[in-house]
Amino acid sequence: MSSASTSSLPLALSGGTRLAGGFLRELWHDKPAAIGLLVILLIIAMAIFAPLIAPYDPAAQSLIARLKPPAWLAGGSWAHPLGTDHLGRDVLSRVIWGSRATLLIGFSVVLLAGTFGVIVGLWAGYAGGRVDSLVMRLVDIQVSFPGILLILLIVSVIGPSITTMIVVLAVTNWMVYARQVRGIVMSVRQTAYVEAAEVIGCRPGRVIFRHILPNLFSPILTVAILEFTNIVLAEAAISFLGLGVQPPATSWGLDVAAARDYIFIAWWLITFPGLSIVATVLSVNLFANWVRITADPQEREKRFARAQAAKRRRARGDQATVPAE
Amino acid sequence: MGSFILRRLWQGLLVVLGVTLTVFVVTRVFGDPVSLMLPLTATAEQRAAFAHEIGLDRPLLVQFLGFMRDLVALDFGNSLWQRRPAIEVVFERLPNTLLLIVAGLGFAILASIPLGIIAALRPGGIVDRLTVSLGLIGLSMPQFWVGLLFIVIFAVQLKLLPTSGMGTPAHLILPALTLGLTPLARLTLLVRSSMIDELNQQYIKAARAKGLGLSRILGVHALRNVLISFLTLTGWELISILAGYTVVVETVFAWPGLGLTAMQAIQRGDLFLMQAIVFSIAFLIVLINIALDIAFKMIDPRINLN
Repeated sequence: MSSASTSSLPLALSGGTRLAGGFLRELWHDKPAAIGLLVILLIIAMAIFAPLIAPYDPAAQSLIARLKPPAWLAGGSWAHPLGTDHLGRDVLSRVIWGSRATLLIGFSVVLLAGTFGVIVGLWAGYAGGRVDSLVMRLVDIQVSFPGILLILLIVSVIGPSITTMIVVLAVTNWMVYARQVRGIVMSVRQTAYVEAAEVIGCRPGRVIFRHILPNLFSPILTVAILEFTNIVLAEAAISFLGLGVQPPATSWGLDVAAARDYIFIAWWLITFPGLSIVATVLSVNLFANWVRITADPQEREKRFARAQAAKRRRARGDQATVPAE
Repeated sequence: MGSFILRRLWQGLLVVLGVTLTVFVVTRVFGDPVSLMLPLTATAEQRAAFAHEIGLDRPLLVQFLGFMRDLVALDFGNSLWQRRPAIEVVFERLPNTLLLIVAGLGFAILASIPLGIIAALRPGGIVDRLTVSLGLIGLSMPQFWVGLLFIVIFAVQLKLLPTSGMGTPAHLILPALTLGLTPLARLTLLVRSSMIDELNQQYIKAARAKGLGLSRILGVHALRNVLISFLTLTGWELISILAGYTVVVETVFAWPGLGLTAMQAIQRGDLFLMQAIVFSIAFLIVLINIALDIAFKMIDPRINLN
């Protein structure tokens, strides 16, 4: 059942059925990662099909149905499976719609910051010399900035909105990509095949994109996935502080903030949006761990050796138990 | 060593200069301090007078130089909200924030080392797998949410601890735990993985063959090699807490530190106080970075500072 729903993503990425099948089988052996990917895909589907799935308009208020508990508690009803908030809005619908802001901001920021960081890192690593030391000094300086505090100051002056949030988070989070890419480019530049390409007269663009860039794919993928979790948590924190996503739009962080005044009487209002954040970040973390190992040939070999050892141990264990029975 | 410290001080100066430039450009070029700080009902004359008072009618470059000069004198202007020099408010609230950070990060440091070592003793065992799973969950929980859950469980349901504010040592427990949870998870995972790497090294075998006890091997030989990466990550955690996550935790628990003050300054449009806070934190981060580099050098003489 899961293989049917998960096959589309790796297929599209790798472009080969056989390769994708191999990756899927490998993923299936790492159960937490498989579950992680499944949850991510479910959350993405939830965000895309929110208007179809959500039972109510997330902003629709109903003062007679205020603060209803979830369906399985006394006083709850299946009309509102996860209960309602202080304005009578359906918590389930708000959780479903809230995934949109989280994913939109997460993906856009990773894409923007990642592209910029990779370009800067490629440039610094390839040009070397004065350009490199200047760019890396800039990175060092910006890394020492007081991140979230500065974001709060900037957003409070410019005025909060989803666009502001994406731009500000991208501008403050590109350094990690630049550092990583620059390091790899520096070491790859020393290899014989890059030197050979330069000697036979390849232009810098060709050397960078054909010979150096493929080496960057897996480390950058891992960094980008982990950065995604950081962005999701940062977005939630900033929205919680009231300077991120603004009502009437919904966001999980915003919903937790709105529920703060009701924690004494309605625990479910902070619980479900919070759990959604945890589920998203945890699934991405589990999947990222698998990607890191799978994309690194050395780690992959270790994992293969461990699996083989376990298989042999199990085989020996079976033989030992047979006579005993 | 002396030239190294000088160079780091120079770089720190660049950081403070960078923060200054960013704040200046954002507040003066993109934003309008007058409409931010004055109420909506202010007349055009009042706005013009205020703009003149804070020097907005002068050329940008003159403004920037004046801005820099005030910074050197630690003169951030008067807080509109508290009606006294902004830097005074910072000095008054900073100790509370530092107390919270010391408690939270101290708890994380003290708990992560034994937890990580115990997990590393049997990689793949039940304790190890439990530690890794709990660590990953800890890393996935937003701090503001954990704080609210703690309030619901320990303050509302069990009535054991106060919900918010500051005063008795009991007030410190929940905020410190909340603040320490993410660093605890990350540090424990780090101690575990570097400990597993170290325990597979030859020198551990040599120490075993010599007949050294387990506690000595772990506590003296292996731990010292883990310490550098542990300290790096601790420093990084300290900086990221200072740079933002105290704001979240202090807001949740109404802890009267710099972070809560920053939120209150934002809500009241008190730009001067907010600037003073951002600068003090930037300055602190620079100092911490320099102190950390010196500490690395003292722990591991192999590190080349140049």
